[in-house]
Amino acid sequence: MAELTKELSHVPQEESQAPTPPQELGTPTVIVDNLHIVYKVYGAASDAQKGNAANALMRIVRRQGRPQMKEVHAVKGVSFVARHGEAIGIVGRNGSGKSTLLRAIAGLLPPHKGAVYTDGQPSLLGVNAALMKELTGERNIVLGCYAMGMSPSELQEKYDEIVDFSGIGEFVQFPMSTYSSGMGARLRFAISSAKTHDVLLIDEALATGDREFKKRSQQRIKEMRESAGTVFLVAHNLDVIEDTCSRVIWLHKGKIKMDGDPTKVLAAYNKA
Amino acid sequence: MSQPDSAVADAQAGGGAPESLAALAERHGLRRAIARPTLPAYLRQLWTRRHFILTYATSRNVSKYSESALGQLWQVLTPLLNAAVYWLMFGVILGQSKNIPNYPAFLITGVMVFTFTQRTVTGGAKSISSNLSLIRALHFPRASLPLAYAVQELQQLAWSMGVLILLVLAMGMPITWLWLLIPVSLVLQLVFNMGVSLFMARVGAFVRDMNQLLPFITRTWLYASGVFYSITERTGKLPDALRWVLEFNPAAAYIEFMRDLLIYQRFPERWAWITCVFWAVFALIVGFWYFWRAEERYGRG
Repeated sequence: MAELTKELSHVPQEESQAPTPPQELGTPTVIVDNLHIVYKVYGAASDAQKGNAANALMRIVRRQGRPQMKEVHAVKGVSFVARHGEAIGIVGRNGSGKSTLLRAIAGLLPPHKGAVYTDGQPSLLGVNAALMKELTGERNIVLGCYAMGMSPSELQEKYDEIVDFSGIGEFVQFPMSTYSSGMGARLRFAISSAKTHDVLLIDEALATGDREFKKRSQQRIKEMRESAGTVFLVAHNLDVIEDTCSRVIWLHKGKIKMDGDPTKVLAAYNKA
Repeated sequence: MSQPDSAVADAQAGGGAPESLAALAERHGLRRAIARPTLPAYLRQLWTRRHFILTYATSRNVSKYSESALGQLWQVLTPLLNAAVYWLMFGVILGQSKNIPNYPAFLITGVMVFTFTQRTVTGGAKSISSNLSLIRALHFPRASLPLAYAVQELQQLAWSMGVLILLVLAMGMPITWLWLLIPVSLVLQLVFNMGVSLFMARVGAFVRDMNQLLPFITRTWLYASGVFYSITERTGKLPDALRWVLEFNPAAAYIEFMRDLLIYQRFPERWAWITCVFWAVFALIVGFWYFWRAEERYGRG
């Protein structure tokens, strides 16, 4: 298996080097240099350590740290160069560090070691965290757009488009807590895709809503990919990656296992 | 295994000769994704996010009471009930009201002014640690969050002030030109609150036990700030150094300033002006600088 991946991973490089002279490669937009991400997780204690007050006191007396706090080494030394015009799919099992890598590229998680160099501001497609479910759709559109950094004039320009695209109609006047999960997902996607980006990072955003909306959202992503310089896409749906990406990175336990042409990487990934 | 090769290959393809990724990045003018902006740049970013700060504050206020039957009425009821409880305790049971004229107005002014600062500090300390998902999802100057919490409390205070002014009028106190200074007092206090909120946001983001400890600190502060009693009366017998410390307490200063305007109808003394302006400027500069120094580290948990 290891031999196979090694062999396969060399093929795309040969291809990319032989037919295209170096100057025709796009300029680099994102460079990830030996990146390590470590983050702390609270409240992840085993049953034996889980504490009453006496245990907690003993730990302070013995000068031990909180056992509920664990460090997770999610990305372990990843390096690659992304260029203008590339659409890069990131595949890997659950917990392989895909989402963490995206957040690090977006500059939202500080590197433990190494660095991410970018041109402009990469943005993650997703405003979910900024929205409040007690508020009406209208208010959430305003809040979400401002959270993404739009100006009032941009908001005015995009507002109707967002409502139309989400297709929630008069529900826009009701609190989001009254929405069905599909409606909520549609509104969130409509808000977060309203802004144009230089470097766009998409994390599993495709499988939202019903079939009709899925088609529309894929179309929207295609448009965004054309207007953005570089797109990163994390998805479990490999068909989507095969359709939209020009390069695939396979992450395994925080390291790059393979990087190259979609058909070859995905073939190897499916066998693993 | 294949990863270092591919990285080097990419670098070679870009440059012809082997070069480090850092050098490649520099050649193409790429910058580190996480780098703390300079202070002026940070201020500019913050200014462009002013709409977000305001909308976020308003949205939090609206959503806060949306579950309760009386809804936004609680914005007024909460400070009123607070004042009623304190009036019962200190005015009726402990009998403070005999020594102080207009005790209800005296007390409610103190409670409302102090609550404004106390809630901003408590909210600010949580503003980073309870919004980690937002910080990990979107890019914005992190100081927007503690500032939004300060603005949120200002919006709440606007309601309380309305109640307070009605009460003062109902007790037969006249409207004087001194009332024009009420906004000045509130702005000074808001600036002070913003500074403390920024400072506490960084502390609360990295020292998680702060949120457990803070109620005790603010309660001690409450008792030391002359909300229920007249601070100048009590400090008269104390040694000068201690008296100076108690009267230099920012919360006490803002409370006394507001009482001068509303109840005693006198222009605040020079000492009061100095204290209030000093604390506003000092807190904002120190708080902002301290918060900005850790800008790139928020969000790691």
